[in-house]
Parts: sequence; C-alpha cells; structure tokens
Amino acid sequence: MEFNTNFVFGCSAIGAGLALIAGIGPGVGQGIAAGHAAAAVGRNPGAKSDIMSTMLLGQAVAETTGLYGLLVAMLLMFVKPFVK
Amino acid sequence: MGYGIVLSADNVDFMVHGIFQYSFFGHQVWITTTQVCLLIVVLGLTIFALVVNHKMKKATEVPKGLQNVVEMLIDFLDGMIKGTMGKHAKVFRNYIGTIAIFILVSNISGLIGLRPPTADYGVTFPMGVTTFLIVHFLEFKHHKPLELWAAKCSPLPPWLPVWLPVTLIGDFAVPISLSLRLFANVLSGTVMMSLIYGLLRYLAVGWPAALHVYFDIFSGAIQTYVFCMLTMTYITDAYGDET
Repeated sequence: MEFNTNFVFGCSAIGAGLALIAGIGPGVGQGIAAGHAAAAVGRNPGAKSDIMSTMLLGQAVAETTGLYGLLVAMLLMFVKPFVK
Repeated sequence: MGYGIVLSADNVDFMVHGIFQYSFFGHQVWITTTQVCLLIVVLGLTIFALVVNHKMKKATEVPKGLQNVVEMLIDFLDGMIKGTMGKHAKVFRNYIGTIAIFILVSNISGLIGLRPPTADYGVTFPMGVTTFLIVHFLEFKHHKPLELWAAKCSPLPPWLPVWLPVTLIGDFAVPISLSLRLFANVLSGTVMMSLIYGLLRYLAVGWPAALHVYFDIFSGAIQTYVFCMLTMTYITDAYGDET
C-alpha cells in the first residue's frame, strides 16, 4: 500500500508524542525518591551528602526508561525512519 | 519541506555534520563535527595538563592560584573514588579521574559553542564498552569459572541454568544503558538549546544563559557523576567480597 509522505510523517509525529508518555513513570519515580530523600535528611541531617549521592544515582537509573522514550521520539521526528 | 514548524525552520540544527570525506581502504569515511569537537576538547585538556604539570613542578607548601584549583579538583575526585571503591581505589583513580574530567569537559563544551562530543552515540558507546570489558576482565580474573557459573545462575542452583539467559541479557544491557543514558541526556540538552536558538532567533538574547546553566552545567555534571559512580559500582561488584 502506498501512503502520502505527509500522512506518514504526521503519524510519526503522533507516535513521537505517544512515546513521551514514557516520561510519566520516571517523573513519579524521581519525585518519590526525592521526597523520601528529603524525609531522610529531616530525620538524619548528618548523613546529607550520602543521602544526596544515593538519591541522585537512583534517580539517574530510574530516568533511563524516560530517556528511551525520548530517544524513540527523536528518531521518529528527526531521523524519520518511516518517511521515504 | 513543508513538515510543520520544527522542520520548516531551516536554522534549527543539532545533527552531526560531515566535514570532509576520505577513502579508508576502500570505505568512504567521514570526518564529522563530533571528531573536530572531540579534538578541541582533548587538545584543551592536554594543554591544561601540560600547564598544570609545569606549575606543579614548583608547587609550594601553601597552595596559591592554579595549584589551589587543581588540588581541590584532585581532592574531590579522590574522595569520590575512595568513598565508592574503598581499597580498590588506588588502581582505578587514574581511569575514573580521566573519564570524569573528559565527560565533564565534553558536556559543558556546549557553552563555548561546540556541539558536545558526548551527544554522539559513537563517543559514549565505546566508554560503556570499556566499562563492560573492565568489569568482565576482573570477574574472570578474581573468580573461578565454577563460581562464576554459579553466580550467573544465581537464584536457582547451578545445575539448572534456566536463569542464565536473563542474567546474560542483564550483563549485556549494562554498557548499552550506561552509554544511552549519558548520550540521551546530553542530546536532549543540545536539542532544547538549538530549538530555542533556532525558533526564537531574535528573542533568544541573554536569558538562554539560565537554560545553559541547567542543560549544560547542572545536567552535565550530574551525568558525569552518575556515569563514574555506576562504573565504579560495577567494577567494585566485579571484585566480589572476599578480595
């Protein structure tokens, strides 16, 4: 079947938008991590630097799935694998 | 091309460009902007290292000037490496310190108008692969093959390697996720900045500096820290407990 390239690119753009739904998960997860880190600092202010580094590391790992979504969106928008 | 606003703005540009092409044993190979920016970063770091080496030859008991800065930097890096790797820190402080400084300078090189070299998957993937090779070299060096086999089948007993493929996939996912994380973070910063400069051409005066602080400096520093931290964690894990 033949499709108009504009139609295919429009569908790719919709797909890119849908791919960024992946950003919800890391957002919630990082928020939870930051909230618990804040609570931990409140309970034990002496361990602030340790808590900070652990939190940053965990958040960066949790962020990965969101970044995969971002990469897929960028591929769809700028590399245009489906548009001939 | 009439494909909407992003692509109709001709001055939005964050892709890697080829500068010139040459023939390498019959293959057509490109020298790209990534390689040029990489060269600038590496030359800058080399010159910095030579200057610092020259200065530190006549280091004083009470540091002043450049010596102060360098001692602070090395102190910070050593503290970070020592805190994570414990007694293995001495072997790896050169490697970790090198990649930390390289990634940091690469990430913030967007500030001087370069396209950050780490926003190219061809730069970050070799670094992930290096981590992978170090980790597995150490695993094979410090564990007996049977131990390793048992560890790879770990939740189930060693004679029932049902879990082995999952562990192997997990092992091979490490370099990919490590490099993609760095790449995607830096790339997203680069894309955001080029969209702002490209689409708001005459309005983007002065205030994008605040965004540079976030996307280049803050995000770049965090990603440097995370890459080094994860590399160190994997390497320390590879030693096992008994050494």
